[in-house]
Amino acid sequence: MKHTISITVENRFGVLSRVVGLFSGRGFNIDSLSVGETIDPEISRITIVTRGDDRIIEQVTKQLHKLVDVIKVIDLTDLNFVDRELILIKVSAAEKAKAEILRINEIFRGKIVDVSPASYTFEVTGDEEKIEAFLKLVKPFGVKDVSRTGKVAISREM
Amino acid sequence: MQMTGDQILVQSLKDEGVDIMFGYPGGVLLGLYDALFNSGIKHVLPKHEQAAAHAADGYARSTGKVGVVLATSGPGATNLITGVATAFMDSVPLVVLTGQVSTHMIGGDAFQEADIIGITRPITKHSYLVTKTEDIARIVQEAFHIAGTGRPGPVLIDLPKDVLTGKAKYNRPKSVNIRGYKPKVEGHSGQIKRVLTEIKKAKKAVIYAGGGVILSGASAELLKFAEYNQIPVTNTLLGLGGFPADHPLFLGMLGMHGAYVANMTIHESDLILAIGARFDDRVTGNVAKFAPNARVVHIDIDPSAISKNIVVHVPVVGDVKGVLTELNRLQKKEEPVWGEIRQSWLDHVRRWSEERPFSYDKDTKQIKPQYVIERLSELAPKDAIITTEVGQNQMWTAQFYNFTKPRTLLSSGGLGTMGYGFPAAMGAQFANPDKLVVDIAGDGSIQMNIQELATIAQYNLPVKILILNNCFLGMVRQWQELFYGARYSSTCLASNPDFVRIAEAYGVKGIKVEDKKDVDAGLIEMINHDGPVLLEVMVDREEGVYPMVPAGAASSDMIFGPNKKDTKKLKVVK
Repeated sequence: MKHTISITVENRFGVLSRVVGLFSGRGFNIDSLSVGETIDPEISRITIVTRGDDRIIEQVTKQLHKLVDVIKVIDLTDLNFVDRELILIKVSAAEKAKAEILRINEIFRGKIVDVSPASYTFEVTGDEEKIEAFLKLVKPFGVKDVSRTGKVAISREM
Repeated sequence: MQMTGDQILVQSLKDEGVDIMFGYPGGVLLGLYDALFNSGIKHVLPKHEQAAAHAADGYARSTGKVGVVLATSGPGATNLITGVATAFMDSVPLVVLTGQVSTHMIGGDAFQEADIIGITRPITKHSYLVTKTEDIARIVQEAFHIAGTGRPGPVLIDLPKDVLTGKAKYNRPKSVNIRGYKPKVEGHSGQIKRVLTEIKKAKKAVIYAGGGVILSGASAELLKFAEYNQIPVTNTLLGLGGFPADHPLFLGMLGMHGAYVANMTIHESDLILAIGARFDDRVTGNVAKFAPNARVVHIDIDPSAISKNIVVHVPVVGDVKGVLTELNRLQKKEEPVWGEIRQSWLDHVRRWSEERPFSYDKDTKQIKPQYVIERLSELAPKDAIITTEVGQNQMWTAQFYNFTKPRTLLSSGGLGTMGYGFPAAMGAQFANPDKLVVDIAGDGSIQMNIQELATIAQYNLPVKILILNNCFLGMVRQWQELFYGARYSSTCLASNPDFVRIAEAYGVKGIKVEDKKDVDAGLIEMINHDGPVLLEVMVDREEGVYPMVPAGAASSDMIFGPNKKDTKKLKVVK
């Protein structure tokens, strides 16, 4: 089962490699990873999506807790949370397909961030389903390149 | 007042109460060694950095204090790795100081540069790369705190040359406060009460006590707890000495080469009280078949140790000493509940113990290694510190030496490091100058750090080395005999040197014993000699360590060794 784990860490060099090394050293796979500062510049948040049965996830979270630079670990999966991903996607835009591509983008409320004679680059944010749906719809037009941020997540206030 | 980083580092170590450190100098550490020169901290120079790390480890294990080791950048630092990994696996508190090239050169493949933080990340509890001179005092203080508290372990501090030569004020914080590091020491009171309920319900309880008992200094509490409840106790390898071996409730070590009684008791039990132990695979054998009818209580300071290998029914996260003290306190209010049921279990256990005790053939002409260890156990004072190498020598020591006090056995359990015992004995001897310290070695292991003979000679350190020489890498040979059709691929050590002459070449007294009747005299001479001794005893080449749980088997599924009476003698192939 997929788990979204939110890890609050000290914003120091080497911390990310400790977190990631803990996964690789124990043979746990990471599906996606994102990291950035929080409102406090001394603290960063890492969001990791990983897979495993309950026993493995329990071990992962306990091991993460043990790292000295890790302040807090929350497995968001069973909690109420929102998550988003951002994707930049460059789509071929043949003359007769342009209107259709732009219409799809509008439906997904994406932004056009770059235009060239033969392509559009869109910025789309959303949860995983939305991103996947967008990708599926523009794929037939020819996708030249894709860059995804990986998931960021935050718990909801009750 | 401004001080150099070197001076700040030395002052920080002094403020942590460091009186001795083990290290090896090099280019980037010249200033630091100069600052150490008249510092009052004793610096010991082993002949290899690996030995320095093991010596600091032996110092730490025998005293409970944090051991300190120092090495230069690049190869000096990488040579420490086996020692750091050994300490990490056995939860030994170490502060590991490594020199590093100047900050502006880091990452440029400079001469003698190694990314030691990266290399040691999986084998340290934590590590620091110091980038500012003014951070040294705080980081040293934090490192000692992290190394010595919670589940102890090695902490590495990487010190770039320019940070050491730079200047700053000595500014040691009043206290340590690390947001992400707050080990949970006190056990949850509700969980502790559940432990008592489990004990009341159990008909066949057993205590499985590990190194955590020794690390937290909980031997007295464990003894009280076991006696009050009349529950038999088995120790892991690292737990030996945590419960007196001569106590009627003691079953001996459990696991792959554990006592028949210990393994059977665990297998048949309905309640395992795991205390400061981690269900290592050498203990459990096949986990699917481990103690099929037992409920499991697990007391450990490390939450990640709980339910890692075995499903735990009642976890208590906390310091073993505190939790046992609380259990003993709560129990005092009530009458002991053990009666006939407990007594019949103890009688049952006693039968296993009488059925198959640790034993060996006592009627042979050859010297049996077990006999040598038994004799040493009887001749040495009770507070003698025994270190072992890894292999048959280690297992026979665990089986046949009676450890009655904590911190008297120092052995590489988790990593199984050949070459550990001798340098660890040096560290232990520096810490305990008046105690007898003996390294029980094999002829294979001793050669992994034999250069340290120079160190014990230099410091006239009265370490005793007892080599059980069977001309083989004995444990591997045993496996080859059992599982690989006796094809002794690369385990014969026919090219062994003359150990006595090697010792003498270094200025260490050498004794050799080849006849059974001379064993006692050799041991006594070794023990009584006022200085370092190497005693080589030529033992039976074919002796194996039994009982043995083959890999993948249930721990109750032990083999007791072949009957060798009619088999051909092993040949030493030149």
